[in-house]
Amino acid sequence: MSPAEDPDLAPGDEGTEGIAGYVVGLGLAILLTGVSFFVAQTTLVWQPSIPVALAVLAIAQMGVHLVFFLHITTGPDNVNNVMALAFGVLIVILLIGGSLWIMAHLNQNMMPMDRIMQMQR
Amino acid sequence: MNGAPATADSHQMSELLSKRIVTGYGFWIFLLSDIIMFSAFFATYAVLARATAGGPTGRDLFNLDSVAIETGCLLLSSFTCGLASIGAQTRRDLLFYGAMTVTFLLGLGFLSIEVREFAGMVARGAGPSRSAFLSAFFTLVGCHGLHVSAGLLWLLTMMAQVFAKGYRPDILRRVLCFSLFWHALDIVWIGVFTVVYLMGAGQ
Repeated sequence: MSPAEDPDLAPGDEGTEGIAGYVVGLGLAILLTGVSFFVAQTTLVWQPSIPVALAVLAIAQMGVHLVFFLHITTGPDNVNNVMALAFGVLIVILLIGGSLWIMAHLNQNMMPMDRIMQMQR
Repeated sequence: MNGAPATADSHQMSELLSKRIVTGYGFWIFLLSDIIMFSAFFATYAVLARATAGGPTGRDLFNLDSVAIETGCLLLSSFTCGLASIGAQTRRDLLFYGAMTVTFLLGLGFLSIEVREFAGMVARGAGPSRSAFLSAFFTLVGCHGLHVSAGLLWLLTMMAQVFAKGYRPDILRRVLCFSLFWHALDIVWIGVFTVVYLMGAGQ
């Protein structure tokens, strides 16, 4: 029962690549992880750019893991898996981005804590 | 999916294949919901990361060397887990059992480093009750650690089931779900080491 006989793939099913795919994925993941750790500790680059660089590297590495380890690709046999992933990513972005956005506004518009304490007396 | 029915001649075989696809798809939905739960913890952590209440900050507490070792353990274990799933699908005993054992040892190494880190922080008075930042830290990283512990138990169960029952289609479906779970944990860890450790130590 090789998956190649079926038009659909389960997530995690091997495509045609086999072990080679995992080796490529491992190599890319090690590279991205190494760059992340280097960027976080270096003083060579402009400091405020570091969190952005780290976020980009992390998202790239998540993509590498999805494609090479979980075999979630954009192939025609993978549409449902990708649609579910897209919905999951939408919820994650709304949850994290929305929380940060709301809490940042709340912090900005709230009276400083010592003033609140004074008013309560 | 694409509306095209499987062209396999044997009805039973196409049924087994589609069962594998449906099982994998269902487990993929579960994993996505698990990732959404983690994203709530990530959002909490990101909101509370600076609420240290005068206590120690991430920069004081985190040791990036041990985080690098943890990351290496988990990444390599994800790779060996992939090898084990190839071993299971091609029914190669040595590859399956060998790769599963290496995966288990790497996962155990990850957990022991994490437990030592937690114990060290609690001993320094930086336990989860010290500040909102530390509560969020222990919730997020501890939840990931609990998932890894559960994954290790599952891994042993899968080795025992393959040993006792052989490479039956239903056992292979469970191995598929386990490998998906293990890879998804590694994806969550990418978020943890980036958001918590690298960004926290750099602030």
